Amino acid sequence: MTAFFQSFGIPFEAAWLLSTIIGILVIALPLMLAVAMIIYADRKIWAAMALRRGPNVVGPFGLLQSFADGLKVFLQETIIPSAANKGLFLIAPIITFTVALMAWAVVPFGAGVVLANINVGLLYILAISSLGVYGVVIAGWASNSKYPFFSAMRASAQMISYEVSIGFILICVVLWAGSFNLSVIVESQRGYYGFLNGNGFNPLLFPMAVMFLISAMAETARAPFDLTEAESELVAGYQTEYSSMAFALYWLGEYANVILMCALNAILFWGGYLPPVDWAPLYLVPGIIWLFIKILVFFFIFSWVKATVPRYRYDQLMRLGWKVFLPTSLFFVFLVSGFLMLTRYGAAS
Amino acid sequence: MIQVFAFYLFAALMLMAGALTIFARNPVHSVLWLIVAFFNAAGLMVLVGAEFIAMLLVIVYVGAVAVLFLFVVMMLNIDFAELRAGFVSYLPFGMLIALGLLAEILLGLGVWKAGPVQLSLRAAPTPADVPNIEAIGALLYTRYIFLFEMAGIVLLVAMIGAIVLTHRARGGVKSQNIDKQNRRRPGEAVVNVNQPIGQGVEL
Repeated sequence: MTAFFQSFGIPFEAAWLLSTIIGILVIALPLMLAVAMIIYADRKIWAAMALRRGPNVVGPFGLLQSFADGLKVFLQETIIPSAANKGLFLIAPIITFTVALMAWAVVPFGAGVVLANINVGLLYILAISSLGVYGVVIAGWASNSKYPFFSAMRASAQMISYEVSIGFILICVVLWAGSFNLSVIVESQRGYYGFLNGNGFNPLLFPMAVMFLISAMAETARAPFDLTEAESELVAGYQTEYSSMAFALYWLGEYANVILMCALNAILFWGGYLPPVDWAPLYLVPGIIWLFIKILVFFFIFSWVKATVPRYRYDQLMRLGWKVFLPTSLFFVFLVSGFLMLTRYGAAS
Repeated sequence: MIQVFAFYLFAALMLMAGALTIFARNPVHSVLWLIVAFFNAAGLMVLVGAEFIAMLLVIVYVGAVAVLFLFVVMMLNIDFAELRAGFVSYLPFGMLIALGLLAEILLGLGVWKAGPVQLSLRAAPTPADVPNIEAIGALLYTRYIFLFEMAGIVLLVAMIGAIVLTHRARGGVKSQNIDKQNRRRPGEAVVNVNQPIGQGVEL
């Protein structure tokens, strides 16, 4: 797109800036729309599993429910508790929301369709997702209230624990693909057994795909790992003192993170924008559609789990992270690198 | 142009955040300013083309170390008056450290002014098309493999040492044995007792 603007005689740097800003808007605005619709989908799926109707009043089939909620929240008064640390109290939701959007910069939506095609893409996502915890921790501390503080403590321990195992899971994929660049990782998944696209069809990486899905639920604090906002213990967790748009920013950021994790699962293990079967007519469907379908399938799994699985106890959560996922993922790093040394890199040395 | 603007932006923000880390009254604010400083340092590293180190800085320092700092500082109940009371007694020592650092900066400037540093010639610059993860990996796992493994062992020893020093076995803790729970079947957990009215149950 930079070249397109340069053709109007705009100097390179200005053209680059312009095209980057347009790229950001083209990703961020549909993402917000997607978040609104996915909240609706979440509520509908959840309702269907509980044999309820779910939102069905605003607009056809209740499709406009999220927008009505957004408008309601937007018109509410922002209440800042008098004992709160005002600056940090307001910065915290902004951090959560911004960080949730930032990670999308490196997500490839099609062959070559990516805002920033950097060769440390996966590390960038790890770095950005490790920033996400600050929004929660700062909110818990700045609220100057007991339950948000407990929630912040839980959140920081939980996110750090699961980032460790996510790191090792990603290492397995990176070893297999031989690159940190997400586009290269997607392209490396072509042609398993001659007709399937996706690392998930690889028996060495399939267990990693399952563990990544579970770790992603823990990392985004979705049920059954939503101990940071366990309503029976902590009211609403770190969001307890928030109202109006500050609250809405948490809501949007949380769902943007969930979609990001679904997208990552699709990109790392199930071929991203490639069709699942390596068959020429399927390539006529644009890659972005395949990516969306995969994201929606994973989101359905997230909702399904939320609707059916009871919440973990905190010690069980920690046990799963440190005693089950960490050793297993380490073992798989050993297994995958050993396999690659035997087959792919053995001849070179 | 954009690079220059980005450099001055990151550098200015980093210096400001560094200064505010020291000047902030509230220790939690200090840690948060420290995080801003780390983040801007990562930005500067991206500008010089060391994107791998930049990402590691964010993942390791911002994502893990600073979170633990924040964790500890938030839990401490700090008396600010008491903190400031010690200021005068620590002043000479602090000045000494500051002077040492100033001397090092001046020395570095002097060496840089004096001419090309011979040390830098030992590390051959990598070609532009090699990503710096590959460049670092190619050096770290071949020539410096011994030092690298040594560093790993030092960290392992430190970690085990910390665990040994702080671990204390507490008696009487009921912990959940998940394997045992999963192996349990209804037959061994539930007993049907047909008891006559007016008598207690003996199990």
